[in-house]
Amino acid sequence: MLTTERLGGSALCLLALFVMWESRRLPLGTWHNPGPGYFPVLLAVVLLALGGLVAFMGGRAPRVADVGWGEAGQALVILGVCAFICFGLERLGYRLTMLGALLFLVWLVERRRLVAALGFAAALAFGSFYLFDTLLRVPLPRGPFNI
Amino acid sequence: MVETLQNLGLGFSVALQPAVLLYAFVGCVVGTLVGVLPGVGPLAGISLLLPATFGLTATNAIVMLAGIYYGAMYGGSTTSILMRIPGEAASVMTCIDGYAMARKGRAGAALAIAAIGSFIAGTVSVVALMLLAPPLAGFALRFGPPEYFALLLLGLLVLAYMSGGSMVKSLAMAVLGLLLGMIGIDQMSGYFRFAYGVVELGDGLGVVPIAVGLFGIAEVLATAGQEVPPQVLKPKLRELLPSRREWRESVMPIGRGTVLGFLIGIIPGSAHIISSFVSYAVERRLSRHPEEFGQGAVAGVAGPESANNSATSGAFVPMLALGVPSGPIPAVMLAALMVHGVSPGPLLIKEQPALFWGFIASMYVGNLMLLALNLPMVGIFVNVLRVPYSLLYPAIIMFCVVGVYAVNGSVVDVWIAIVMGALGYVLRKLGFETAPIVLGAILAPMIELALRQSLAMSDGQYMIFVSRPISGTLLAFGAALVLLNLVSWLGRGLDWRRRIPLDEKGENL
Repeated sequence: MLTTERLGGSALCLLALFVMWESRRLPLGTWHNPGPGYFPVLLAVVLLALGGLVAFMGGRAPRVADVGWGEAGQALVILGVCAFICFGLERLGYRLTMLGALLFLVWLVERRRLVAALGFAAALAFGSFYLFDTLLRVPLPRGPFNI
Repeated sequence: MVETLQNLGLGFSVALQPAVLLYAFVGCVVGTLVGVLPGVGPLAGISLLLPATFGLTATNAIVMLAGIYYGAMYGGSTTSILMRIPGEAASVMTCIDGYAMARKGRAGAALAIAAIGSFIAGTVSVVALMLLAPPLAGFALRFGPPEYFALLLLGLLVLAYMSGGSMVKSLAMAVLGLLLGMIGIDQMSGYFRFAYGVVELGDGLGVVPIAVGLFGIAEVLATAGQEVPPQVLKPKLRELLPSRREWRESVMPIGRGTVLGFLIGIIPGSAHIISSFVSYAVERRLSRHPEEFGQGAVAGVAGPESANNSATSGAFVPMLALGVPSGPIPAVMLAALMVHGVSPGPLLIKEQPALFWGFIASMYVGNLMLLALNLPMVGIFVNVLRVPYSLLYPAIIMFCVVGVYAVNGSVVDVWIAIVMGALGYVLRKLGFETAPIVLGAILAPMIELALRQSLAMSDGQYMIFVSRPISGTLLAFGAALVLLNLVSWLGRGLDWRRRIPLDEKGENL
C-alpha cells in the first residue's frame, strides 16, 4: 500500500542517492581532512538512513490516494502563471508581465468580469511598481518602450 | 545595573527618533495585517518585506522587521477570537477559548485580555532580553568552532524534537535543508558544488527564495480554489473592558505565560508556536475548573497569548548574543542584519551599542503602539478578511515575486522560489513539516565551516567535540534528546507532542 510516508521516504532516499552520484566529481578528502565533497556525502548518507526509516515505519500513514488533491489542478495553473512571470519579467518588463499574469488569474481562472479584472490587475501591477521601484527604490525590470 | 540603565537611555534616544518611530509603526501595522491574514505567517511576511528594508539604515531595518514579527503575534489573536481562524499558527490555541468567549458575547473582553496579556508579556520579556543578552554574549566569547558546531547541531535536533510530528521526519527535512545549503561555492576550497553551470547559484540558494517559496507560494498552492468569507463577529468599543472576575482570572496565566514563553523562546525551534501549546496545557493542568477549557476559559486566552509574545523576545536572545538563529524567523532577520553589514554575535553589543539598545528600546515602544493599534482599530483589521480570496492570492503571488526578485535582481531566485513552492506544497500534502528545511539551509554553511575548522584545529581528531566542556555538554544534550525521542517512540502514545495539532490549519509557522 502506497502511503504518504512511504512515498516521501522513498523520494528522500532517491534524492540521497542522486546527491551521492553527483558528488563523485568533488574531492572527498580524508576522514581527518575533509574535502568539498565530504559534507554533502555525509549528509546524503544521513538522508538515506532517515528516508529509509520514514519509508519503513510509514505503513500506518494515510494512503496517498486518500489525501485530498482537489486543488492540484488549480495549483498547477498557478505554477504555470509563476513560470510565465519568470519568463516574461526581464523580456516584457515587470508591469506588463504582472498585468498579464494577474489578468489571467482573476479573469480566466477566477472568472471575474473582464473590466473589473483588468482594473484590479492594472492597479496592482502599476501600483506595486510605483511603490517598490519609485518610492522604495527597489529596481524592477522595464520592458519595451521602458514600460 | 546602572550601566544597563545608561545603555537603555542610549537606546531610547535612538528609538524615539522620528524615523525609527515611523518604521516601528509601519512594522507594527504590517505585522498586524500579516497576523490577521490566514496563510501569510510572520516568516512569509518578513521574507516578503525584507527587500523593502535594503534602502534603510540597519537600525530602521531591524526595528521594522521586529515590528512585523511581534505585530503578527498580536494580529493572529484577532481572527482567532472573532472568526475561529488562526491568523498564524501560534494563535491556534486562542481559537478554542477565544472564540467560545466571543460566542458568549465576550469577544471584546477576550480581545482586550489577549492584547493586554501580549503587552505585559512583550514588555516583561524585553526586560529579560535586556538583562540576559549581554552576559550571554560575554560567555559566548569562549566559543570556538567546536562549540559553534555543537550548538548548531543541537539547534537542529531541538527543532526536530519540538516540532509537531515525528522527529525522524523533521530531521530528514532538516538534512534536506542542509543539502540545499550545500549548493554553491565551497567556502574553504572554492569548488562549485551542484551549480550545473548556473553562475547565479555560485553564492548558494538565498534564504528569501527558500522561505518565500516554502511558506508564501506553497500556501497559495495549498489553498487554491478556496471560497471564503466566513462569519465575522464584530465587538463594539465599549464591550472591550473585561469584568473584574475576568481580570482576576487572567493575572496568573499572563504571569506564567510570560515566564514560560521567554524560556521556551530561547530554545531553538518554532518557539512562538510551541510556547502557546505548552502554556495552554499548563493552564489547563493548574486550573481548578479544567472542564471550562474549550467553553470560554479566560486562562485559555490569557496564557497562550502571553506566551507566544514572550517567546518572540526570547528568540532574539541567541540571535543577538550568539549570532545563532533559534528558528527560521530569527534566521531571516539575521540575514537582514548581514545585508546591512552588521554581524550579530558576541561583539555586537560592544561594537554597535546604538543598534542593539535602540532595537531593545524600540520593542518597548512597539508594544505600546500595538496595544493602541489592536484594541480600538480591531474592526479595521478584521475588514481585510472581507477581501475575497480569489483576489487576495494573486496579490500574494505578486508580492512573493517582487520580494524575491528585489533581493539580487535575479530571475533565477524567482525560479528557485517557484520550485520551493511546488516542493513545499507536495511536502505539506505528504505530511512533512517544512520549517526545518529553512533552518537547515541557513545553518548549512555555518555547520560545515565549523566542522572543518574544528578538524583543522585538532589535526583531524574528532575527540575535540567531546573533550571540550561546552561542546561536549551541548552534544550530550543533543544525544539525550534523540534518546528521549527513541524511548518515547518505543513507549508509543506517551508522547505529548503527538496530541498537539500544529498543522490544524495547514500552516507550520
